Amino acid sequence: MSNSVLLEIFYVCVGLLMYLVAFNIIKDANSPARIGTTLFWGILGTIFTFGSLLPGTLVGALLIVIGILTATKQVKMGKVNAPQPSFSMEQAKALGNKVFIPSLTIAALVILIAKFTSYSGTVAIGIAAFVTVIITMLLTKANGKAVAEESNRMLQAVGVTAILPQLLAALGSLFTAAGVGDVIANNISQFIPEGNVLIGVAAYCIGMALFTMIMGNAFAAFSVITVGIGVPFVFMQGGNIVVCSALALTAGYCGTLLTPMAANFNMLPVALLNIKNKNAVIKHQAFVAIPLLIVHIALMYFLGF
Amino acid sequence: MQLIGILVIVVGFILKLDTIAVVLSAGVITGLLGGMDITEILNTLGSTFITQRSMALFLLLLPIIGLCERYGLKERATYLIQKIKGMSAGRIATLYLFIRELAIAAGVKLGHAEFVRPLIEPMAQGAAASQYGEIDEETEEEIKAMSAAADNFGNFFAQNIFVANSGVLLIVGTLEELGYNVDALAVAKASIPIAIVALIFGFIQNMVIDKKIATRYAKKGGTK
Repeated sequence: MSNSVLLEIFYVCVGLLMYLVAFNIIKDANSPARIGTTLFWGILGTIFTFGSLLPGTLVGALLIVIGILTATKQVKMGKVNAPQPSFSMEQAKALGNKVFIPSLTIAALVILIAKFTSYSGTVAIGIAAFVTVIITMLLTKANGKAVAEESNRMLQAVGVTAILPQLLAALGSLFTAAGVGDVIANNISQFIPEGNVLIGVAAYCIGMALFTMIMGNAFAAFSVITVGIGVPFVFMQGGNIVVCSALALTAGYCGTLLTPMAANFNMLPVALLNIKNKNAVIKHQAFVAIPLLIVHIALMYFLGF
Repeated sequence: MQLIGILVIVVGFILKLDTIAVVLSAGVITGLLGGMDITEILNTLGSTFITQRSMALFLLLLPIIGLCERYGLKERATYLIQKIKGMSAGRIATLYLFIRELAIAAGVKLGHAEFVRPLIEPMAQGAAASQYGEIDEETEEEIKAMSAAADNFGNFFAQNIFVANSGVLLIVGTLEELGYNVDALAVAKASIPIAIVALIFGFIQNMVIDKKIATRYAKKGGTK
């Protein structure tokens, strides 16, 4: 099967998981914000399942509905069956190290499929998920009901954060369409005096980091800032193009560490690990990101010239 | 004028308003100020959201992680780590950072959903529990943030060492468009120093946090 067909199948599966959550919420009369939460997961399920058939404008409008639901606090976690600690303790003793087989299988499959087949890394995740869920069920003798319960629990725990990376990617493309990048690059380059290498280097690195923080994506920043700052203030002054451009991109990654806009790196782990403080990961990373940005400036200045 | 959208984002995040609503409002405002009409804006939002669905495929792994947790994954990881002498949360995070760098430099992707949540974070928590017994919430949160950050540090600063990485290809492609011909292998080589610096910085930060946790529990007198 081709890459795109498999991807479409996996999107439908994600959609079905979302429908499952919607179904769990609506059948539970005690769930807080029952209607809003059902709508939220139902709409998402529809976008994932039928996304390729729906017109973009309709999906955009559905996203606005989702925004209204979350803004008015109509999306809340319902009742989930958390595993009993005593049960887990017993199973850990019975299964021993076999309990690691699924996690290791996922990792091994993703790597092997991406390396040795023509399937992309994202397709590999989907295939690995399918194979491993079967292995896990055989291993633990868990039934379909347990799988459904765990799907419901985990998806609700991640909650609205699950779609944030996608939403921010959509925002990024709107920023680009509206010409935000050019405006910023023009503004920064007006303030840089010509003929000073250190200032040029610092502006290139800091510009990359700041613009990445705004866009949430260093790739989007790279072309804009390289054209606006890199070429006139670093390359033209005799900087080694390979060294300086390589450092510019990773200087942008220092910005990625500092922004909630990079949701898949900074917000998703907060949801995945149930961290209470939304900004805990960013706060922690700041202690490395800021010194590392200064090191970028130094390396570009000393290795690039 | 288009920059007002960015202002909305910054203010929204600082005031901790609902993230989804903030992002959508910023998008609509930016589009309107940039001269787009409402159908154009909705279409851009919706089409990108659909084409980027692959970003959500990690959700398919969640049922498996949930099942493994139900069947004692965390308990077993804790048990194993406690058998190894001299392990601490910081050392686990540094070890993972190192492995993450080696793997991504060879083009192999690990990640938060695949590795950190099911394996690294429980092992780091287990290491701390074996040193200090019951862990308080502040320490638990620090260890979680440390485990998540190790993945990002390793991923970001070592990925360009792999020649076929998308970042390297982006650099080569962008420079080509600007009229500069550069070799991907040279870009990969130029990316090595920062990977080493990032590893050192991560190591230092993890060590500092280990010390901080040790001091906290020494004060409490809760050391085993």
